[in-house]
Amino acid sequence: MNTALGIDRFQFAFTITFHYIFPQLTMGLALLLVILKTLALRSGDEHYNRCARFWTKIFAINFAMGVVTGIPMEFQFGTNWAQFSKLAGGVIGQTLAMEGVFSFFLESTFLGLLLFGEKRLGAWLHWFSAVAVFAGSWLSGFFIIATDAWMQHPVGYRMGAGGEFELRSLRELLLNPWIFWQYLHNMTGSVVTASFVMAAVGAFYLLTDTKNAYGRTFVRLGVTAGFVSSALMIFPTGDGQGKMVAHHQPVTLAAMEGLFETANGAPLAIIGQPDTDKRKLDNPVVIPRMLSFLTYQRWGAQIKGLNDFPEEQWPDNIALLYFSYHIMVGLGTIAVAVMTVALFLLVRGRLFDARWLLWILMLLFPLPYIATTAGWITAEVGRQPWLIYGVMRTADGPSPMVSAGNGMFTLLGFMGMYMLLGILFLFMIYREIERGPGE
Amino acid sequence: MHTFWFCAVAVMIAAYVVLDGFDLGAGIIHLFVARTDAERRRVLESIGPFWDGNEVWLLAAGGTLFCAFPALYSASFSGFYLPLMVVLWLLMLRGIAIEFRGHVENPLWRPLWDVVFCGASTLLAIFFGAALGNVVRGVPLGASGFFFLPLWTDFGVDGELGILDWYTVVVGVAAFATLMLHGALWVALRTEGELASRCRALAGRVWWAVAGLAVAITALSFLIQPQLWVSYSARPWGFVFPAAGVVALLLVRAWIARGTAAAFLASCGFIAAMLVSAAFGLYPYVLVARGDARLGLTISNAAAAGYGLQAGVWWFLPGMVLVVGYFVFTYWRFAGKDQV
Repeated sequence: MNTALGIDRFQFAFTITFHYIFPQLTMGLALLLVILKTLALRSGDEHYNRCARFWTKIFAINFAMGVVTGIPMEFQFGTNWAQFSKLAGGVIGQTLAMEGVFSFFLESTFLGLLLFGEKRLGAWLHWFSAVAVFAGSWLSGFFIIATDAWMQHPVGYRMGAGGEFELRSLRELLLNPWIFWQYLHNMTGSVVTASFVMAAVGAFYLLTDTKNAYGRTFVRLGVTAGFVSSALMIFPTGDGQGKMVAHHQPVTLAAMEGLFETANGAPLAIIGQPDTDKRKLDNPVVIPRMLSFLTYQRWGAQIKGLNDFPEEQWPDNIALLYFSYHIMVGLGTIAVAVMTVALFLLVRGRLFDARWLLWILMLLFPLPYIATTAGWITAEVGRQPWLIYGVMRTADGPSPMVSAGNGMFTLLGFMGMYMLLGILFLFMIYREIERGPGE
Repeated sequence: MHTFWFCAVAVMIAAYVVLDGFDLGAGIIHLFVARTDAERRRVLESIGPFWDGNEVWLLAAGGTLFCAFPALYSASFSGFYLPLMVVLWLLMLRGIAIEFRGHVENPLWRPLWDVVFCGASTLLAIFFGAALGNVVRGVPLGASGFFFLPLWTDFGVDGELGILDWYTVVVGVAAFATLMLHGALWVALRTEGELASRCRALAGRVWWAVAGLAVAITALSFLIQPQLWVSYSARPWGFVFPAAGVVALLLVRAWIARGTAAAFLASCGFIAAMLVSAAFGLYPYVLVARGDARLGLTISNAAAAGYGLQAGVWWFLPGMVLVVGYFVFTYWRFAGKDQV
């Protein structure tokens, strides 16, 4: 941690974790905004337009936070990971530049129109602006996932004379098999976040008996979208992503599951703490043979444990990997359970009176944020010790001339700045929610 | 192919400076031309639908630079580590100042963000100018293709270099004055009444400073960077760029009193011409090495491999057509004075 490498890693992890609080809401919310604008257009009911205007304001605050915390991400490839950027820029520069050209402009232009143009544009063009913001933000997600997918599973490149990664096929880069499930899993996750937040705000209005009409709309849309998206998180997207890991990164799978011994019919650990010194799982609560079944659909299939991989290929923080994976799965399961009950009551027409469940919906808004963050930690810590899986180690990536002292300076700077941003953000969001949709 | 991408990145950077330049400029003059809360709101409204899209040019230019010239991107971003981080923090403060100012009705809240907006815009203009100064002056590139610069050393342009020295500070001040003029012309264009006439008056005074500083940095640049002589004497037709800058600056003067779109466009032309002149003067270098000139990064030794550059053209050009379309649409839809 005191080395330049440690600080570079921590700074990237810290800034990306903070950054992704905002896009995960805006990407999902963009979809829900399109739904609200479509309802408004089709029904001609001004109520939905007022709902959309309220969520556009929440969207705009989150979007601004996403932009200002996103610029450091694009910069850090060069500032802190110069060796990596120099060698891999010919490949991942493609997807990052495409993101700038195809999605950022689309998103920011049409968000401007969405925010400032309702009177100037008319109903149809304003609806179209919402669709364009949605398209821009989901395209942005695609290019970032494509970049990460290449680091997880490099394709379409060849090695140049100086050790650079040269792009060999743009098609292969953009159709990397790793992208498919990861993209769907991630984007569905952003819908889960937006749904939980919308349902929580709606529940807040209903519980405080203020703005009940809006509260009902928000809960109805939030719970419906939340049920569909939480279910899709587990199957097929989570399942598909898990199988990609099992197939291409078997050592990561073993570490995620805390599986040390290779086993025919490997158990699925529900609870337990991995002890890498003694190479065992402490206090295990397991479902026998379940891991083999989930991975290969055969109860007796063999899964290789960590003991059968050389230690220098182990992810360098197995405990963090194990716990973040289990937190993700655990919270994901709770999300499905809560949304199933809520949808059941909604369909029966009893949800708006079930105060206990509205309380749960209101309090659970952090759940998808934690699950999503844990999921990304699983993906990125799981990739270690590789920066580009199997071909370039993380230790070989940092900027050779940036010292640990300068790194520490900016890391602390980011921490201070983000604390300020975080406090302001919560304050602004609280005010907007309290004010609510205008009449 | 290398020259194509050099031009593409140069045009994107110029687009960024011209476009984000006017909203930075609006920030610089914000506290001085707008006295009341209503006037300040009008300054912010004049950049409201645009500033965010303008800032995207910085990201897009950075991404394109990464894609086409990875060695340049990695060397310059890690070498300019400290000023870039400061720029990031300033961009953050400025972004939230614009975004959050209007949300709270409070006698302390709004003036606070007005000062942050103005201060961050001012420092950004100076830092961007200093960055340009560093690129023209050259950096201490080593054999590894990397370098690192502290924020300042002894403020000299020889020996141990820093980001800030007397030359880069002068360029920073020139950038500050130029964007001040640019921003004043924009706000004058977008507003009416006393606010607009104050902007025109300010622009008229700042013009003299811009003219003086433009002459000064041109002379100083030729003095400290021999590569400029080499480029311009090898391709004298390149003098058309600085000449265009002079013409544009004179046109600003001629049209300034009316505060019309023409004066603003002339200011855009002036900024673009100055940047293109600098890029032309350094070509084929993209980053000059101070000391051993052979270590400098050029459009060839900093570029990505051939296939990627060729494949990139296929998506870059259609992408840019779309982008220009968005911008024309937005500026057309939001044309005219802002309604109060």
